[in-house]
Amino acid sequence: MLSTVFAFINAAIIQGIPLLYGATGEIITEKSGNLNLGIPGIMYIGGISGIIGGYLYEHSTDNPVALWCILIPLICSIAGSALMALIYSFLTITLRVNQNVTGLALTTFGMGVGNFFGGSLLSFFGESGSISLITTGSYYKASLPFADKLGIFGKTFLSLGFLAYAAIIIALLTSYILNRTRVGLNLRAVGENPATADAAGISVPKYKYLSTVIGGAIAGLGGLYFVMDYTGGAWTNNGFGDRGWLAIAIVIFAIWRPSMAILSSFLFGGLYILCVYIPGLSSSAKELINMLPYLVTIIVLVIISMRKKRENQPPAHLGLSYFREER
Amino acid sequence: MNNNEKHIHEPLFHITKRADIVWWKAWLVRLVAIVAALFVCAVVIVTITDYNPLQVYKTMFEGSFGSERKVWILLQNLAMLLCISLAVTPAFKMKFWNLGAEGQVLIGGLASAACMFYVKDSMPNWLLIIVMLVASLLGGVIWGLIPAFFKANWGTNESLFTLMMNYVAIQLVSFFIMVWVPSGSSVMGVINQASGSGWMPDLFGKKYLFNILIVAVLTVVMFIYLKFSKQGYEISVVGESENTARYIGINVKKVIIRTMIISGAVCGLAGFLLVSGTNHTISKELAGGMGFTAIMVSWLAKFNPIIMVITSFLIVFLQRGAGEIATAFRLNESVADILTGIIIFFIIGCEFFINYQINKRSKQKEAK
Repeated sequence: MLSTVFAFINAAIIQGIPLLYGATGEIITEKSGNLNLGIPGIMYIGGISGIIGGYLYEHSTDNPVALWCILIPLICSIAGSALMALIYSFLTITLRVNQNVTGLALTTFGMGVGNFFGGSLLSFFGESGSISLITTGSYYKASLPFADKLGIFGKTFLSLGFLAYAAIIIALLTSYILNRTRVGLNLRAVGENPATADAAGISVPKYKYLSTVIGGAIAGLGGLYFVMDYTGGAWTNNGFGDRGWLAIAIVIFAIWRPSMAILSSFLFGGLYILCVYIPGLSSSAKELINMLPYLVTIIVLVIISMRKKRENQPPAHLGLSYFREER
Repeated sequence: MNNNEKHIHEPLFHITKRADIVWWKAWLVRLVAIVAALFVCAVVIVTITDYNPLQVYKTMFEGSFGSERKVWILLQNLAMLLCISLAVTPAFKMKFWNLGAEGQVLIGGLASAACMFYVKDSMPNWLLIIVMLVASLLGGVIWGLIPAFFKANWGTNESLFTLMMNYVAIQLVSFFIMVWVPSGSSVMGVINQASGSGWMPDLFGKKYLFNILIVAVLTVVMFIYLKFSKQGYEISVVGESENTARYIGINVKKVIIRTMIISGAVCGLAGFLLVSGTNHTISKELAGGMGFTAIMVSWLAKFNPIIMVITSFLIVFLQRGAGEIATAFRLNESVADILTGIIIFFIIGCEFFINYQINKRSKQKEAK
């Protein structure tokens, strides 16, 4: 029984990590007042860019070196997702296009690119079958050498790949920057009231661009974690599923706080696979349990809007573009 | 003015809002954007496939208009996308971001499918179809009404709320499929295959004609409703400024709820048409992302139902065409999504040049 519980916790954490990356990225983005609904697409791009980088490297050399196996996909993934976020930023910040429409177009585009290259990368190189980068995946999966010796605790919490711990560190760091530094204060000011921030001498476009691009890059790492660590270097079309939207749900659930997002992600990760661990469930009941994360999010959304506590509200200027001459 | 004028920093260019633009100039900008988008698409196609882009566009054209059957499928897809776009439009005009069309369509479809599944042929076909229609409209209305109710009373963020409702709907559909299909398979076969109960009848021997006609009528009705009715006027006032609306005595809460009822009902209708007139079955992919595409279609058309016919045609043409490329050149079907994405980026981006004016640094001041 106990081992099942620990196995569940371990699985919940593993499921939660991509969500945490997505949620952290989206929180940084939303704090600047940009509601980036392109996050699901960006996460696909993060995954496929990593896969492409890893594939090109693994096929250019006979003995892949661990360092490059990790670095090349990592850099490709960050570059790919940052580029996507840059498209979004250019359209919404510079060209002032509606954020919802741009975000949804970005998601369509990102999932298209992901599934296209995922499905036909091998055929470009005259191979068949499906992509499987076992070597690269194994480096990403590598856990601390002493993890197995620490019994059930080590197996549950220390057996994860390095990207999992990086996710938690990034979330904590984001929380610190947002709440304890000047940069964070400025960023929040931009999201709450850009006109005031502008009057105070804060460059609104600079903050919006930087936070959206950095947020996008972080979210993309969630896709990388999924394809490299979770699936061990394999790509299946639409395999990432609706996790991107779940990440956006977590942002609400965590009421725009990265530190809360850590626990929320693990909770949502747990809910995502809960049905596998409850014995004797009919397959129809499983579908109802999978509904839980969304229902919980809706309830949180309704409660925060009813209670109207100021510190729990979304950034006041969320979803609106800022034009200096428009008052 | 300031004495040391030379030190005044004036940026290279600055942006001002355009008061008005001649209609042909606006359309010229859009045309340039589409041509630029097609050019970028061609570049993308050539880089990833080495095929002649003209050949690829020709194949796309054949994919949409190649045979009579293909034209009918094109029209059917066009009608469905247009129907959902019409559904989200009143809500958008009110600046209510209904991202939940996907879910509202699914619930509408689910209601129809449930009627087909439980009633079978114990009712005359015409009665069953009416029952299905009512059930679908009701389903869509309920799904749209829930977020509207919270938005109107407590200002709950509607775009996130409706987004989440989509997934609740998806899971609900999966749940019912699991209940209905005894083998535990997640795919529901065609309902009432033998009897055809609850199937929309063919009109003049054409399978999809009923759907297309209904949507055509709906387009005109929606155009008139938005443009010439009092309610349509109220919607635009609430969308432009809620404070103004309140000031001139419009009951904003009532307008929000009423508009979302309409939006949800039309989504429900789309669900009904998809189940009864097209697929005769239900699946999680019933709406197939159209709920999201519809948002872009409606936006591109600037909420004008008549122009929406053109924009949804553009999107459907792209998707059908890209599907054809995929099979002809043995590529992955997702090429359609990539091309759609690129074209939408360009078209929504070009609105900037219609709404704003870029002024270069003026020479006059320097001369002074």
